[in-house]
Amino acid sequence: MAEALTHVTTYRDIAAMWVRSSLAYPVSFATMTVGGLFITGLDFVGIWLMFGTIDSLGGFSLPEIALLYGATGLGIGFADLVVGNVERIGVMVRMGTLDQMMVRPVPLLLQVCADQFALRRVSRIVQTAVVFAWAGTYVDWTVPRILVAVIMVVSGGAIFFALFVMFSCIQFWTTDASEFANAFTYGGNTLTQYPLTVFPQELVKILTFVLPIAFVNWYPCLYLLGRDDPFGLPTWLQFCSPVVAALLLALTALVWRTGVRHYTSTGS
Amino acid sequence: MPLIVAEGLERSFVVRKRAGRLRRQSAQVNAVAGLDFAIEAGEMVGYLGPNGAGKSTTIKMLTGILVPTGGRLEVAGLEPSKHRTELARRIGVVFGQRTTLWWDLPLRDSFVLLQRIYRTSPARHRANLAEYVELLDLGDLLDTPVRQLSLGQRMRGDITAALLHDPEILYLDEPTIGLDVVSKGRLREFLRTLNAERDTTLMLTTHDLQDIEALCRRVLVIDHGRLVFDGSLPDLHRAGGSARTLVVDLLDEAPPITVPGAQVRRIEGPRQWLSFPADASAAPIVAAVAASYDVADLSIQEPTIEEVIKDLYQR
Repeated sequence: MAEALTHVTTYRDIAAMWVRSSLAYPVSFATMTVGGLFITGLDFVGIWLMFGTIDSLGGFSLPEIALLYGATGLGIGFADLVVGNVERIGVMVRMGTLDQMMVRPVPLLLQVCADQFALRRVSRIVQTAVVFAWAGTYVDWTVPRILVAVIMVVSGGAIFFALFVMFSCIQFWTTDASEFANAFTYGGNTLTQYPLTVFPQELVKILTFVLPIAFVNWYPCLYLLGRDDPFGLPTWLQFCSPVVAALLLALTALVWRTGVRHYTSTGS
Repeated sequence: MPLIVAEGLERSFVVRKRAGRLRRQSAQVNAVAGLDFAIEAGEMVGYLGPNGAGKSTTIKMLTGILVPTGGRLEVAGLEPSKHRTELARRIGVVFGQRTTLWWDLPLRDSFVLLQRIYRTSPARHRANLAEYVELLDLGDLLDTPVRQLSLGQRMRGDITAALLHDPEILYLDEPTIGLDVVSKGRLREFLRTLNAERDTTLMLTTHDLQDIEALCRRVLVIDHGRLVFDGSLPDLHRAGGSARTLVVDLLDEAPPITVPGAQVRRIEGPRQWLSFPADASAAPIVAAVAASYDVADLSIQEPTIEEVIKDLYQR
């Protein structure tokens, strides 16, 4: 436990250095942050405008979709803030930065995640938190529901964290395939912004059992909204998010270790 | 018990080449093919070899970055690739061509972060920083952003960064590459002091034979992944029979110069090239030439590593 705490401290220290580094170019930092807020802000406006012509999508109302949108957005937002840079691992391999990290007495994954830490990524969290909070005013809150909501955001972050790292590990072999990883992380985020009832059942099964991002928001949100599963899947799935997150994290640790051991560095 | 032991150390890579439109051929390249050596604590060892000989691959295995594909390796009692993070506290690494410092921040900030990363005690950190800042003359540069430092200044910063946690071994990969003569000299002087006063074991790869001359009593030469020489620099020159060259510019064209201990290799107008054994002193030859001929200018060319190694094979 003490060990984990020092890792958190080290992460914070390295991240703080990068934040101060980015403040060396204040105008760039300001425009990136404001621009980020603007772009992510517009994101939900698209869905909102759509509801000007329709009353429900896949049987879900605007506040319900906002809840799904906010939940998956918070998940990927936290994951992106903490580990977003893992997708640059191919660049780190080519530049030799990875070699330098490997000779420091701090876990490699921690250093890779903290590298080029970008505070401007907070804008996504802020924007989705606003949408989530607004959607939350329509939820009939009870103590178990509050608990499930908290666990949902934590598990969602963990699931996206695992996907970010796992798919980035491919770059240990290919040295460049960051777009491949994006297809699953940001792509998964886009899919889960909508109620899964708009998709064919096969896709829903894939998102449950193969690439389990339905656990980021869909199943726990069904519980928060007091809905039965539209596909007739068992209710207990609605509480499985932390289990799925833990399994994915374990798998990620395995993939990461294999990747590092297969690492072949570059010439010179 | 030596500090570093390699026995039959191997590392191979699979390289895929295009062979035809879609077909690809895999070939195995043995970057390091069976190395045996032992280095005692406190030694200063030069690690030489032409490009692609396997120098960097060896250093990467010694630091735990690469996993060996064969043989045994032990550094400070640890197997590097298995105990990489543990070993990291006890070694320092300087990659000559890249910096570990934070580009946009003052030099001082990088040092502060390294203290946190290595969890060096504040007292120890302060004492080391004060000493290295003094020895490497970094005092005025601590508040300068790293991107504004010259190559030589940055190298001194990088070396300080690698030493703040009191490593037992310091690996330097081409530490003097790109530096001017004065900076090179100061750096060598510093490394000598470090070894003498702290007993830090040094292992450096270099292309500059003068680095070796100034620092290392022992040279390991690697070529095609194999150790081809292990001994002192004079022994290396003797083994290879490599030669230095004295370039003499005479005032006028003259018949071949005859002085003891050197032969004329080439004549071009008033300029003559004399070669003499690399382990012999140039002083008596220069004196003899200057005494009997009208000399306009003199210069000495050191053999390059590539020449020395080529000579080694021709024996």
